[in-house]
Amino acid sequence: MTARRLDHGGRINRAHPLSFTFDGNTFRGYKGDTLASALMANNETVLGRSFKYHRPRGIMSAGVEESGAIVTVGRDASREPNVKAPMQELYEGLSAEGQNAWPNVRFDLGAINGLFSRFFAAGFYYKTFMGLPPFEWGHGTRLWMLYEKLIRKAAGMGSASREPDPDCYDHVHAFCDVLVVGSGPAGLTAALTAAEAGRDVILVEQDFELGGDTLSDPSREIERAQLVDALAKAGVRIMPRTTAFGLYDHGTAGLLERVTDHVADPADQLPRQRFWTVRSDATILATGALERSIAFDNNDRPGVMTAAAARSYLNRFGVLPGQKIVIATNNDSVHHTAVALASAGADVTLADIRKHGASDLPADIELREGVAPLKVHGRSGVEAVAFASASGNNWSAAGQTDCDLLLVSGGWSPVVNLSSHRGAKPAWNAELACFLPGLTNEPIYHAGSAAGIWEYEACKASGEWAATAALGEATAPPQPGGWSTPIKPLYEVRLPEAKTKAFVDFQHDVTGDDVRLAQQEGFVSVEHLKRYTTLGMATDQGKMGNVIGLALMADALGKDIPDAGTTRFRPPYTPVSIGALAGRNVGHHFKPLRRTPLHDWNLKHGATMTEAGPWHRPWYFAKTGEVIDEAYVREASTVRKTVGICDVSSLGKIAVQGPDAAEFLNRVYSNGFAKLPIGKARYGIMLRDDGFVMDDGTTWRLGETEFLMTTTTTNAGKVMVFMEELLQTRWPDLKVHVSSVSDEWAAVSVAGPKARATIAACLAEGEYISNEALPFMGVRKITLANGIPGLIARISFSGELAYELYVPAGHGAAMMDLLWPEAERQGGCLYGLEALGTLRIEKGHVTGAELDGRVTIDDAGLGKMASTKKPFIGSALRQRPDLLRHDRPQLVGIFPKNPGQTFKGGAILCADGEVSGFGEGWITGVTHSPMFGHWIGIGFISGGHTAWAGKTVIASDLTRSEDVEVEIVSPHMYDPEGVKMHG
Amino acid sequence: MIRIPCPFCGTRDHSEFTYGGDASITYPALDAPKEEWHDAVFLRDNICGPQLETWHHVHGCRMWLVIERDTMTHEIMSVRPANPKLSALFEDNSEADQ
Repeated sequence: MTARRLDHGGRINRAHPLSFTFDGNTFRGYKGDTLASALMANNETVLGRSFKYHRPRGIMSAGVEESGAIVTVGRDASREPNVKAPMQELYEGLSAEGQNAWPNVRFDLGAINGLFSRFFAAGFYYKTFMGLPPFEWGHGTRLWMLYEKLIRKAAGMGSASREPDPDCYDHVHAFCDVLVVGSGPAGLTAALTAAEAGRDVILVEQDFELGGDTLSDPSREIERAQLVDALAKAGVRIMPRTTAFGLYDHGTAGLLERVTDHVADPADQLPRQRFWTVRSDATILATGALERSIAFDNNDRPGVMTAAAARSYLNRFGVLPGQKIVIATNNDSVHHTAVALASAGADVTLADIRKHGASDLPADIELREGVAPLKVHGRSGVEAVAFASASGNNWSAAGQTDCDLLLVSGGWSPVVNLSSHRGAKPAWNAELACFLPGLTNEPIYHAGSAAGIWEYEACKASGEWAATAALGEATAPPQPGGWSTPIKPLYEVRLPEAKTKAFVDFQHDVTGDDVRLAQQEGFVSVEHLKRYTTLGMATDQGKMGNVIGLALMADALGKDIPDAGTTRFRPPYTPVSIGALAGRNVGHHFKPLRRTPLHDWNLKHGATMTEAGPWHRPWYFAKTGEVIDEAYVREASTVRKTVGICDVSSLGKIAVQGPDAAEFLNRVYSNGFAKLPIGKARYGIMLRDDGFVMDDGTTWRLGETEFLMTTTTTNAGKVMVFMEELLQTRWPDLKVHVSSVSDEWAAVSVAGPKARATIAACLAEGEYISNEALPFMGVRKITLANGIPGLIARISFSGELAYELYVPAGHGAAMMDLLWPEAERQGGCLYGLEALGTLRIEKGHVTGAELDGRVTIDDAGLGKMASTKKPFIGSALRQRPDLLRHDRPQLVGIFPKNPGQTFKGGAILCADGEVSGFGEGWITGVTHSPMFGHWIGIGFISGGHTAWAGKTVIASDLTRSEDVEVEIVSPHMYDPEGVKMHG
Repeated sequence: MIRIPCPFCGTRDHSEFTYGGDASITYPALDAPKEEWHDAVFLRDNICGPQLETWHHVHGCRMWLVIERDTMTHEIMSVRPANPKLSALFEDNSEADQ
């Protein structure tokens, strides 16, 4: 191929030169170039190496279907692999590299693979690396894991940067009446028609200029410009450099807008790309058609490309791609191309497999009828093409012609991908030798060559039809077709018994022989063919090759193409970067963060935070020099000795109000709530319908018709949703309203023997919390010394005398400023989640680690709480025989036999000498207990602690530590009678 | 992504909703025998085609809805509030509109 830039013509701006580099060499292009056109203008022919055989590859197309010129663009962290050069707009300083080659694409040592190509046929990996033939030596996973590393290195495409992505991406949402995809004559006309009818229209174009095919046709330029101008005036939202990569349910489309991929030095505030979710009432797909290749020997050599690509490079980019050009075709579409190339000074031969008899070609174009390309000569470029002519079902050689460029048009495949996403199965049209869009009930309309309409005026008319249809006016769609001489289907050219390298899928190096081999080996379904040969599974999803592969498979099966079936296209139409999918949801914004009203106060007072679901909660408050283990043990023992304050604002809080609130709670909780007096709290357990525990917490009766329910932090949302479901779907007669007030309250637990004294010192005059005024489980409204109103409940999770104090969220810090100096005076401390865990494990109180959805109320040792006098949610199904078995795992406490030993949460509990399988139980939580002076744990074991009294049990942690001998005790390890908290 | 016409909020993305379950189930009385509860909780048809299901507009009005949806095509045939009283109100209004 000897390409050169012409000194006139095309849409490039010759007054605006740009310099760029490819593989370290500096080249010159112009504004308006793509990377492909600029490389072609500089006569760079070998731009890539193929996937398996490392064959040299050059530019094969001028669009998204590109399978040869696939390069890496950018440097360092911004490096993007697998960029299709024809889709990359040129900018000043662009830096690109060839990929899948070493040391470079022109001289690649990996090309040695080509010598062994007969071993690399379809299914090579499956066959070889599951064991070495002939006896499947080393069969099994181990060998595969070894080979896999080598294979990954040798195969594959470009490599992504290992650095964090320095760019940012946005997610954008939009709505419209009509979404038009594609801006060829059909798309432009459709958008204009819909907009002029008053519809809100979004027009999406993957290219950086509007016009589609007309960009390569100077004779249509005036009309194109007028149409584009009219669109802007009609208020169409025009989105160039934007790909509609997928269509989804109910008129939703996914778009990828490339905002700065074409800019040398983008402004800081701009995202690199925007990921759009568009909801439209109707969608018009004017997505065009892609020209197919033909399978023949060496059809992948640099210098073989589609005929339409040559027209685009010549007319749009002012590059004459070759001097001595052969155009091989089976259809009418190359006529303009041949004439344009010839008039630009090239020596053109047109090889048409069809026999017309008469020709209207200019005299300077040589016409050879009834022949097709058989083989390309030349290695890094085209030197000559050998022809074959068909005789019956066989081909015979028909001479050869020297040339430096071979243009191939094997027919056109309408881009039916997007409607295929919606399940519209493409229908084969034998007359046009292509798949046409399938039928769909959704408001999706195809226009232009996407509907198999080939001629310019007919495309415009079909655009107008599609717009009318999208407006709801049903008329018969226009007929596809439009060539004067019918296409003669042609998929492969080869002499009988010839050994060829005739590629079907260029990106994955799948040949015609591979397709036949797959058929011979029994992979006759098109879905199996695809997976076995990887046909159509590369980044281009088989845009150029799928139809050829299907045709060859159908031929091998002796079937027609529609009977061989076709695979369904999946989004995305072209690759979408992971960064765009992630948008701004990275780093700190990966998941939402919830802070309690006391967050800043906690931090200011030395809290180290930990994540509890979306919440950040104090983990421990270390004094200078303390590590976590020292801090939490000190905090826990301080609570037992004096007093501690813990932020419990993250607990779920639900206001349950209404005349039937008591009845409602009585149905929801397994224990009775109907008779709970005003001013009292009760610990309740609620089950799911299936009889397992859903959540626990205390519920406070504030008035005749007003309750405040607390839930665990984790289940706050779930409980709220379930109660709404019950009230709206099952018990609509109950007059109850539930509302989440979790965020309205700042809440602390004040626990320890000095808790009452601490709080009493902070109360407004006349407020009392003596044992008589506020007995165990008592609740009352209260005012603090600084005038803050709140609620106080005497409830205990730690097992000590303890209170929960609630004030409006905005007053949380002020409450702490009052409480904390007083607690300090009492010798108290602030404590975090770790010490909270210690205190509750000592008491055998359950949390989410125990109530994991597989535990019944009996398993948790709380079966006595469940009412026998009333039915409640889960009361029927908790009576299932298997849930009543006495050997179910039940809540227990765990002590080490040797007090010096530690064990870990997650360990399994096994009978002594029987460490195997799932064991007899498991450990859910461990802590160092300051009260016992050794490690203790909580968990479940079959039959509970009475079944294991006096027996040695092994806590086995297979992944982290040795087996530890433990004994099983009652879960109520500390103060089982509850003297402390009632005191 | 499917789009659900919420009777209270208008058409919204399904990401605002959570799926509930089979809306054709009538849950037994709380004191009904466990066999009845077993059937209501565990027995489900695996329908290919139109199905009645509950959805919760959890990031919207928080109303529970009954939706008739084709499991093959995602086509939504009808949406109404799950609360029968509210549903009846909507029906009265739509009759009045006509």
